[in-house]
Amino acid sequence: MAKHQTPMLDELTKGPWPSFVDDIKAEAARRAANKDGVEYQIPVDVCDDLLGILELAYKDKETHWKHGGIVGVFGYGGGVIGRYCDVPQQFPGVAHFHTVRLNQPGGKFYTTEYLRDIMKIWDMRGSGLTNMHGSTGDIVLLGTFTEQLEEIFYEMTHKLNTDLGGSGSNLRTPAECMGMSRCEYACYDTMALCYALTNEYQDELHRPAFPYKFKFKFDGCPNGCVAALARSDLSFVGTWKGAIKVDQKAVAAYVAGELKPNAGAHAGRDWGKFDIMKEVVNLCPTQCMSYDGKTLSINDKECYRCMHCINTMPVALKVGDEKGLCMLAGAKAPILDGAQMSSLLVPFLPVEEPFDEIKEVVENIWEWWMEEGKNRERLGETLKRLGFGKILEVTGITPDARHVQHPRENPYIFWSAEEVGGWDRDIKEYRKRHAR
Amino acid sequence: MAFISSGYNPDKPMEGRISDIGPRHYTDFLPPVIAKNYGKWAYHEILEPGVLMHKAESGDEVYTVRVGSTRLITVGLIQEICDIADKHCGGHVRWTTRNNIEFMVDSKAKVAPLKADLAARKFAGGSAKFPIGGTGASVPNIVHTQGWVHCHTPATDASGPVKVIMDELFHEFQTMELPAPLRLALACCLNMCGACHCSDLAVVGIHRKPPQIDHEVLENICEIPLAVSACPTAAIRPSKTEFEGKEKKTVAIKEDRCMFCGNCYTMCAALPLADSEGDGCAIMVGGKVSNRISNPKFSKVVVAYVPNEPPRWPTLVKTVRQIVDAYKKGANKYERLGDWAERIGWERFFDVTGLQFTKHLIDDFRDPAYYTWRQTTNFKW
Repeated sequence: MAKHQTPMLDELTKGPWPSFVDDIKAEAARRAANKDGVEYQIPVDVCDDLLGILELAYKDKETHWKHGGIVGVFGYGGGVIGRYCDVPQQFPGVAHFHTVRLNQPGGKFYTTEYLRDIMKIWDMRGSGLTNMHGSTGDIVLLGTFTEQLEEIFYEMTHKLNTDLGGSGSNLRTPAECMGMSRCEYACYDTMALCYALTNEYQDELHRPAFPYKFKFKFDGCPNGCVAALARSDLSFVGTWKGAIKVDQKAVAAYVAGELKPNAGAHAGRDWGKFDIMKEVVNLCPTQCMSYDGKTLSINDKECYRCMHCINTMPVALKVGDEKGLCMLAGAKAPILDGAQMSSLLVPFLPVEEPFDEIKEVVENIWEWWMEEGKNRERLGETLKRLGFGKILEVTGITPDARHVQHPRENPYIFWSAEEVGGWDRDIKEYRKRHAR
Repeated sequence: MAFISSGYNPDKPMEGRISDIGPRHYTDFLPPVIAKNYGKWAYHEILEPGVLMHKAESGDEVYTVRVGSTRLITVGLIQEICDIADKHCGGHVRWTTRNNIEFMVDSKAKVAPLKADLAARKFAGGSAKFPIGGTGASVPNIVHTQGWVHCHTPATDASGPVKVIMDELFHEFQTMELPAPLRLALACCLNMCGACHCSDLAVVGIHRKPPQIDHEVLENICEIPLAVSACPTAAIRPSKTEFEGKEKKTVAIKEDRCMFCGNCYTMCAALPLADSEGDGCAIMVGGKVSNRISNPKFSKVVVAYVPNEPPRWPTLVKTVRQIVDAYKKGANKYERLGDWAERIGWERFFDVTGLQFTKHLIDDFRDPAYYTWRQTTNFKW
C-alpha cells in the first residue's frame, strides 16, 4: 500500500515511454523491502514522500521546493545544491532534499563495477534517485540530508577516487562529445582535452571566484552533438584545414545504391533513389562541389566544412588530415538580456598535449573577465557590453574577417588616440584658422 | 537508523582529506573494442532504428543498441542496467548527452539477444523500460530540467511533460521517417538549464504574473540593491511600507514593466512568481546547433502560452503533434525544422501548422527586436 495516494501521477504510468513514476514507485518498494539489509541513513520512505510532494505540486500547479539553502562540503564552494521543501510536516522524508553533483567520467562511459559502487553509497546515504545526467553533464545524486554531505564526499573521494562537479559562480563541470572513442568525424581528442582542462582547473571548478558561472564544452566536429556553440562560455569545436579525402569508388557505390546515404539515417521512409546532385552537390552551402557522372570534385578552398557531404556519404568522404579546433566564446541561455551563441574567437588551433596554447587563451579571458565582468554577468554579456574587440585585445588575437558575419553597418568607430596622432590640440591654433 | 560514519571526522575536517582530484580517467571505463580502436574509426551505419555499427580501420566492429531513458532514474533501475550490461556487454555501458543509454557489443551475433532482453523489460504499468530508437531522422530523447521534482523556480514540471510528449512521439522515436533529426528540449523556466534556445522544438516554462512581495520578511532575507539590479527592465525600486504597524524596508514593482523573467526571485526569495493560473509553457521551434548546410540558429516562439494541465498536458501534446506532422509532411530530405520554416516562410509556417499568429509573437525586447520585423515587400499571401 502506497504511503500517499497519487491519482494524478498514476496517469503517468500509462503510455509506452518509460514511466518515471513507475520507476520511483518500484524504488520505494525496493527500499521498503530492503533485501540487502542496507542501513539507510535517510528516511526509508523518501521516495514515497517525493511522489507525495510531486502529487501536491501537480494539484497546486506550483512547486513545493523552497528557495536557497547554503550547504556544501568543507573547502568547496560548489558541487552541492541545497534544497528544502515547504511542507516538511507532510513529507518529512524530503524535508532536506540536497543534490550532490559528481564529475562524470569522459564520454559517460562506465563499468558496471564503478556504477554499482556509486549506487551502493547513494543507496545508503541518499534517496535512491539520480539524474543520469544533469544538463551540464554531471552525475546528479538527487536528494539527501545535510549530515550526509561530508560522508558522501568522503566516501566518493576515498573509495571511488571521484570528485564533485561544479555549481555557483565557478567553472562548471566540463563535458564533451564521445569524440574519438567511437566516432569517425572527431577532429581532435575531445575526451583527452576535456579531462586535461578539468584537472588543470580544479581550483576554479570547486571555489567560486568568477563573476558568474563559466562553461566549457567540447564538440569533436561541426555537427555539434553536445551543443557547445549554444551553451558554453567557451566552445571548442573540431575542424580541419585542407582537402576532404574522397574515395571515388565509394562515391560510385552510393550513386549505385549499394551504400545507404547518411549511414541509413533516412531508411524509415521511401525518399526515392539516392540522387547525388540533389542530395549532396546542390545542397552544398558553398556550391564548391561538382559531379560529372564519374568523379566527385570538391573545390576545397571554398568549402567551409559544414559536414553535410561527409555525413551523407561517410564511407566515401573523410575530414581532412590537418585537424584541430575552433574556439568560440560567449554562449548562454536567455537570462538576462537574451540568448547568445558563441562567437568565433580562434579560427584554428592544433590540439596537442599539454594543450598550452589553449590554456593561454582560457587564462587570458578569465583574467580579463574577472576584472571587468559585473556580478552575475556571463562572458557573452561582458562581450556585448564592452565589445568583441576587447577579447581580441586581451587574448592577443589578430582581428580577421572570419570573426564577423559581415563588417559593421555603422561608422561609429571607437578610434583610439594613438590611431589618430593624439587628441591633444590647441584651440587657439584652431581659431587662428577659423574665426568664432 | 543508526548513523554510520564514513571515516570523516567533523572535529578535524582536514584530516586525511582528499580534494581536487577531478573525475576518474575515462580509460578506466572504455570497453576493450573501444579502447583498441580509439581514434581509428572508419565509418558507421545505422542498421535499423536504435542500432548502430561502427567499423574500425582494423576491421573491428562495435554494435550499439541505443535506448531511451528517463533522466530521473533510480538506484534500482541503474542496478538493472548493470545486470544487462554484465550479461551482454562485458560490464560496460554508457549514456549519451541526450539521456539515452547505449549498450555496446563487439559482434553482430550478440545484438539480437541484447535487443530481445531490452525489449522484454517493462514497468508495472506497461511502459517500456528500455525502448530502442533515437537514431537518424527520428525524434531522439528530450533533454530537460528538474521541474517540480526538485527545482525552486519552475513554471511547469519537466519529467511529466517529457513523458507525455514522448508517449505521443513514441513512433517517431522508434522509426526514422522524419526529414531530419528533430531534437526536442524542455526547460521549466527561462533560466533554461536545458538549452532550449537552439532546439528544433522546445517547451519552456513561463510565468505571466509579476512577483508578489513578501513585505514581512523582505528586508531580512534579501539584499535590496541586488533585487533592484536583478531586474532587466528596471521595474523594481527600493521602497518602504508599513506592515502591521511597523515600517519595513522593501521594494516597489512597476508591474506593467515586468517581463516575468523571474531573475528577481533568483536574487530574492521574498519575490515569488509561481502561480497556478499564471504559469504555463511557451513553444519554440526552428533552432539548431549543427553547422550542417545552414548556420546554427535560435529557436523562435510560435506559441506564446499553453496552460499547465497536469497530469498529461493535453493541449501541449496536441500542439506539438500539429507542428511535428506539418514538418514531416512539408520538409525536404535533410531539412531541419528551422530550415523548412525559413524556406516556406514563417507566414506559411502558421498556415500549414494551423497555429494562430498573435501579437505576443512579435518581438519587442530591446534592439534585436527590430531585426525580426519585416523590412521588405517580399512576403507570401
